Amino acid sequence: MSNATPLTFKSKSFTHQWVAFVIMVMIFAIAPIWIYPIFLMKVMCFALFACAFNLLLGFGGLLSFGHAMFLGTAGYAAAHAAKVWGWNPELAVLFATACSAGLALVAGMLAIRRQGIYFAMITLALSQMVYFFYLQTPFTGGEDGIQSVPRGKLLGIFDLSENLAMYMFVMAIFLAGFSLIWRIVHSPFGQILKAIRENQDRAISLGYDTDHYKLVAFVISGALAGTAGATKALVFQLASLTDVHWSMSGEVVLMTLVGGLGTLFGPVVGAAVIVSMQNYLAQFGAWVTIIQGLIFVICVMAFRRGVMGEIANWIKKPL
Amino acid sequence: MNIWVSDFFLTGVLAMKRNLLSLAVAATFAFAGAAQAQISDGIVKIGVLNDMSGLYSDITGPGSLSAAKMAVEDYIKSSKSQLKVEVVGADHQNKPDVGSNVARQWYDTDKVDMIADVPTSSVGLAIAKISSDKGKLHVNSGSATADLSGKACNANTIHWAYDTWMLANGTGTAIVKSGGDTWFFLTADYAFGHALERDTEAVVLKNGGKVLGKVRTPFPTQDFSSFLLQAQASKAKIIGLANAGGDTTNSIKQAFEFGITKGGQNLAGMLVFLPDVHSLGLEKAQGLMLTETFYWDLNDQTRAFAKRFAAANGGKYPSMVQAGVYSSVIHYLKAVDAAKTDDGTKVAAKMKELPTDDILFGKGSVRADGRKIHPAYLFQVKKPSESKGPYDYYKLVATIPANEAFRPMADGECPLVAKK
Amino acid sequence: MEIFGIPSQALFGQLLIGLINGSFYALLSLGLAVIFGLLNIINFSHGAQYMLGAFVAYLSLNKLGINYWVSLIVTPLLVGATGVLIEKTMLKRLYKLDHLYGLLLTFGLALIIQGVFRNEFGSSGMPYPAPDVFQGVFNLGFMFLPKYRAWVIGVSLVVCLGTWFVIERTKLGAYLRAATENPSLVQAFGINVPRMVTLTYGFGVALAALAGVMAAPIYQVSPMMGADIIIVVFAVVVVGGMGSIMGAILTGFGLGLVEGLTKVFYPEASNTVIFVIMTIVLLLKPAGLFGTQK
Repeated sequence: MSNATPLTFKSKSFTHQWVAFVIMVMIFAIAPIWIYPIFLMKVMCFALFACAFNLLLGFGGLLSFGHAMFLGTAGYAAAHAAKVWGWNPELAVLFATACSAGLALVAGMLAIRRQGIYFAMITLALSQMVYFFYLQTPFTGGEDGIQSVPRGKLLGIFDLSENLAMYMFVMAIFLAGFSLIWRIVHSPFGQILKAIRENQDRAISLGYDTDHYKLVAFVISGALAGTAGATKALVFQLASLTDVHWSMSGEVVLMTLVGGLGTLFGPVVGAAVIVSMQNYLAQFGAWVTIIQGLIFVICVMAFRRGVMGEIANWIKKPL
Repeated sequence: MNIWVSDFFLTGVLAMKRNLLSLAVAATFAFAGAAQAQISDGIVKIGVLNDMSGLYSDITGPGSLSAAKMAVEDYIKSSKSQLKVEVVGADHQNKPDVGSNVARQWYDTDKVDMIADVPTSSVGLAIAKISSDKGKLHVNSGSATADLSGKACNANTIHWAYDTWMLANGTGTAIVKSGGDTWFFLTADYAFGHALERDTEAVVLKNGGKVLGKVRTPFPTQDFSSFLLQAQASKAKIIGLANAGGDTTNSIKQAFEFGITKGGQNLAGMLVFLPDVHSLGLEKAQGLMLTETFYWDLNDQTRAFAKRFAAANGGKYPSMVQAGVYSSVIHYLKAVDAAKTDDGTKVAAKMKELPTDDILFGKGSVRADGRKIHPAYLFQVKKPSESKGPYDYYKLVATIPANEAFRPMADGECPLVAKK
Repeated sequence: MEIFGIPSQALFGQLLIGLINGSFYALLSLGLAVIFGLLNIINFSHGAQYMLGAFVAYLSLNKLGINYWVSLIVTPLLVGATGVLIEKTMLKRLYKLDHLYGLLLTFGLALIIQGVFRNEFGSSGMPYPAPDVFQGVFNLGFMFLPKYRAWVIGVSLVVCLGTWFVIERTKLGAYLRAATENPSLVQAFGINVPRMVTLTYGFGVALAALAGVMAAPIYQVSPMMGADIIIVVFAVVVVGGMGSIMGAILTGFGLGLVEGLTKVFYPEASNTVIFVIMTIVLLLKPAGLFGTQK
């Protein structure tokens, strides 16, 4: 979003980002001692989802209101591969990521032609079509979803039905995805993407095929969102319609906004905040919706930089 | 563990030195001591998981939680049991992932021993699997799918209150026999709706009726007018509503609006609960035929329960599901006391062993496939002039005895039932 | 006589039903089109405001005894006033930012409004009776048309055409359209542009509330009634062309008809047909059927 408060920094060193990265890894490595591991795995999956979304919105300036279609498609693909075809978990996740990437390619080709609100509306429309498709087709199990998905044996050796092994698997995937995004953001490709976000016409006048770059960013974002969805399906051993519903698309926007648009670590923080909130307020039913709405309003009116954005602004270094 | 065992030995040894009466007394205490030892953490914890704020919150929701607490109170009072029981509740928002999350957390970290209620079949199936994986117990009163005692049955899941087969059989058979032999289906286009339509169609055909047509309505739908028009055009005597919740109330409301019932066609609500009729109002719902296994006005005991329930729930009368929660919790506690443990698999087996008897469902039993058996009742919704007050909505048309109300065990494809 | 295998009588019946649904789509998308087309605000809380309209009517009937006819005027005014409040306190500050922040704000507001009502009223619908004069049906021969639904078609046609007329053919409308294109210039002419913007937003919200009051007797009044319809209405506005009032009206009625036909021939798709149409239109004519490229 081109009018997002620009973070201008003078420092070129990335030490702060490395420090933040190490802190994040340590937190996720140690936390399972005190905190319920399944909850942490959920946080990591959503963190990856939000990071993938942020790549598109925060760095690419494209608001997609249909990202749930990637999360859900990959969830169903992985669940089906693991349960019906009996594939190993790593193959199921790879297969699901490929499916999401394919969907992102098709959706991207349709949506990239338009900009701003029209782009968001097309992604929303496509996501709705995907939702209704999954509601109908038998393989998804409709309202039941695909249940009893086996976690399987990683590489045929490590049994993932043990929470500890599964935790390490999820953490590895999350860190890999995160690092990939980090690398992309700091690469020439990432720079061009940011340039397109700031001023598309100028980028075109410099000779860049902006549509091509936007499409690639869209596909990467969709693919990584898919990775998150596939992993989540294996953690919970369930793929359901909730993951393709448009309210899930809204939630990932919220996570990114709260955590900090355009920051690397923001989405992780945002995901942790929102998932925790949902967990601890689950008994209060509709209060979750109200509080989510309040957070949206507060973030938009007064807290546009988000948590990590504010911290980054305070220490005057990008995070 | 060791402390209890040595206590038991000590007590036993001491007892051997006294006369027979003391021996008996000491033995009883020793047994009690040993029994307590087998209840995990000394507390029996029941989790009521349902829809606390959404579509089914009136049918289950906080009312089920209150019914469970009433059951615990009543049981401890009447049996003088020494059990310490705790009841907790949570909202699954009708989503299998939220429900699974809560169930896992409850079983893994919160020491819950049994999960009760769980409306919405997709969530029920998920909870049944998790309970089986972790050796706990799930007694389901809220889900409709007959698969819980069929294809998806397991040794740790018991299905109470009702299911789709019972509904289809109860409502379908009775209606066809009473002259409603041509049907048109309005089916909610998702797994539950399809299952209900399939089961009802089978019953209609078996009893010599005909299905003149069916239309799949997108789920959920607000406006049924065009589907109702199609039903009207088919001239079927009965319009079967294979849907639930908001879809059912909307289709009934709009059928009234379009004068469908005045035109001579009758509606058959395949899954309708008392709170649904309450929210529709008798003017719109009159004449609707439905099957339930509980109604507050059946006898003095149910009436007394309804009064107590209403006092604790803002004047709302209990639904079949909430009554099911009460009844299932009582039987569960009975089984825990009898089995002297709260281990899920063992208590489940005990629940199947003991016959059931409670003030709401009367005498019944739990089959090997986990299906609870009790009579079912065919009701028709009263006309506004026939009702004496709020919640006085049903007149009893027929009673289906327990052994006919539910699907025969052999037909269910439950892996627990040995093929003969 | 049969058309495509359906007796023509049944077909006309379905088309008429479709027209009624189209009236709601038209009324709702009219409000959205006014707000977006003239103010460039994406009002995601439109669905929640529609629900507010129905609820205020329900509550005022049950708590204050205010009948349908009074509600028809008073409710839109009340809810429109809350819209004015929202615009003055929050939306105004976002104009200088990317439009998508407005979308996120109104999305958040929608969550709050819906959550509060769900807390209070649960999710089951509340009944709201149609006024007595509209009880009963017209016997049209090929179907029975509930009198109330005929009223709905009438009102929405009048309101839609009236609004279109005011915006496109009167001086007030001209000021409004000019203010969207060049606010500072219009302000220099002495017109209080910020106030016009505020009132226009309030008017759009009032239209949503009016649709809510009209919908109350037909659908159950429920806190979630706006949540799923908002996406469809957005699609209608996008297809019609986001700045075009007439586009929104025609597409609204048109969608009702198309949906009605789909329900006859392929009911499972009736939820998706608008999105398919939207995707096709956006690919072929990106500004919408009646819109102009800005």
